[in-house]
Amino acid sequence: MNEKNININGEITPPDKKNIFFKSVVGFLRKNWIGFTLLAALFAIIFILEQVLSSSSMLFVVLKKGAIYALVAVSMNLLNGFTGLFSLGQAGFMLIGAYTYAIFTIPAEARTAVYQYFDGGIINFTVPVPIALIMAGLAAALFAYLVGLPVLRLKSDYLAIATLGFAEIIRAFFQWDKLGPVTNGSNLLRRFPVFSSTLYPFIVSGICIAIIVLLINSSYGRAFKAIRDDEVAAEAMGINLARHKQLSFTVSSFFAGVGGALLAMYQTTVQAAAFKSAMTYEILLIVVIGGIGSVTGSCLSSFLFIASSEWWLRFLDSETYIGSFKLPLLASGFRKVVFSIIIMVVVLFYSRGIMGTNEISVDALLRFFRKLFRKDSKGEAA
Amino acid sequence: MMENILHTEKITMQFGGVVALYNLTIDVNKGEIVALIGPNGAGKTTAFNCITGVYEPTNGSVSFCGETIVSNHPQGRMKKLYLGEEDKEKLRVIRPTPDKITKLGIARTFQNIRLFKSLTVFENVLVAKHMRAKQNVLTATLRLNWREEKRAREESLALLEEQGLLQYKDDLASSLPYGLQRRLEISRALATEPKLLLLDEPAAGMNPQETQELAEFIVKIKNKYDLTVLMIEHHMDLVMQISDRIYVLDFGKLIAHGTPGEVQKNQRVIDAYLGVADDA
Repeated sequence: MNEKNININGEITPPDKKNIFFKSVVGFLRKNWIGFTLLAALFAIIFILEQVLSSSSMLFVVLKKGAIYALVAVSMNLLNGFTGLFSLGQAGFMLIGAYTYAIFTIPAEARTAVYQYFDGGIINFTVPVPIALIMAGLAAALFAYLVGLPVLRLKSDYLAIATLGFAEIIRAFFQWDKLGPVTNGSNLLRRFPVFSSTLYPFIVSGICIAIIVLLINSSYGRAFKAIRDDEVAAEAMGINLARHKQLSFTVSSFFAGVGGALLAMYQTTVQAAAFKSAMTYEILLIVVIGGIGSVTGSCLSSFLFIASSEWWLRFLDSETYIGSFKLPLLASGFRKVVFSIIIMVVVLFYSRGIMGTNEISVDALLRFFRKLFRKDSKGEAA
Repeated sequence: MMENILHTEKITMQFGGVVALYNLTIDVNKGEIVALIGPNGAGKTTAFNCITGVYEPTNGSVSFCGETIVSNHPQGRMKKLYLGEEDKEKLRVIRPTPDKITKLGIARTFQNIRLFKSLTVFENVLVAKHMRAKQNVLTATLRLNWREEKRAREESLALLEEQGLLQYKDDLASSLPYGLQRRLEISRALATEPKLLLLDEPAAGMNPQETQELAEFIVKIKNKYDLTVLMIEHHMDLVMQISDRIYVLDFGKLIAHGTPGEVQKNQRVIDAYLGVADDA
């Protein structure tokens, strides 16, 4: 997942001849073959692990949820880290994505059971999963566009409060009884198609993150960064602030919507009540810990965050005896205390996050290992 | 025959009850270097902000190459508060955002340098090429705009080379020494392909040696890019040396206007700068 953005360095220098496209693709592959190899290796490892380990292993929970959160975190980073718009609406846009996906993919025969209080609902058709995923993104993007019109005039904390408010409104709105025939009110949506393989969220998130990285490294990405650094100067450089902010907000929400749909698939059920602002804060934490303005940082910290919150710290929640001695403090809920302390420590000592604004890239890794190797060989020589 | 490039018609800028700029009418002709001088708080930067769309003037209009680009008359709360003169016929309201004005061909620099600090020198210049590239977000993301992108990169590199900044191409803009940051800011403004360049105190914080270099630099780029320059400056050596005409502002009002020689002899200018004794 992290290797995805290695391959893109925004440099385009195809020769002015025939077969330009073909040549540039070959050149691109040749330049980035290490990245692609690593990526293929990653997918192969996951595939093999799935054959070897039991599917209920915690590892797959972390990998699946981590991949989904990575996508949402990167989409939030596009907005907060690269465009400098502090928005807290992510959970709301994920909710829209999750619901759009679920509503349009529940098979017709299951609708009577799912919409049992609403006479089977009013939508009586289903669309294929890939189209539903795109629709999920588009629905979130459309809503973001409409919200953005009034809200993006606000700055920093005011924008955060306004977007947070909108996310809460969406959550309440989707639970409204009158909308029951569409959203099933406050009841669960279920029985829609889900994924079983861990590769599925990896591939979908991977493609989405690759697109975001391509955008960030494009001319528009530079314009976003210019707005983040200095709005007045960006405007003086001919960048239309309103249009570019709107664009960043909409694109970010599109991918949050796709992420929400993936989350619905992962959870196998959807309920509006689950998309609380706490979810936005979790994503914000991932972005901050990973480094505001670092895509690879967001991906990395997403997996670390999910792994520690779901897996590595689990033992703290269960009462443990060594012989007949009961370890103090270990009880239900203690995990969260430790987790919060870890986060505080990280934020205190790595205030710019794990990665700052740097990216992990093949070049950087190679440089790192070469340096390491050189040091070793020097040590041997001496 | 001189061709008029910038004309401001009785611009008044009022913040609440404070009149920052009062009936400012200036003309800039093609190929000139015109200076706008005056003591601190005279309204020079306000004038720049009115021309570039950062502020909406309370009343008055600005035209560029014969076309009205900014125009306003007192509205809303300002109807009551307005202290300036007003024409009988209300001016049309034209309030473009600054990016539209830049696109028309007016570029500016800022009094306190405003570079994109986390971007490299090269990227700072590339940002200026964004607005003129024929692309949309899809073609840019999928790299279908590579011809445009390639052209932008080549032009930016050529510009950096001319300005002697090529060796700093990949450095962060904020890591450059002060003088070079000034130069980069001007280069960035040039990258927007302007007809008129507005410089807001380009020599601020420079020593005489650097100021002299800057003077030569301004004349050089003016000739090279066929520019017209309007600048605000406090360094009188620089102003007197390179400007064709000078406008002097004091407390928001135009108090003198003419060639450097004329302005230097003007009693009101001397009073504004040195102060007038109370018993005089």
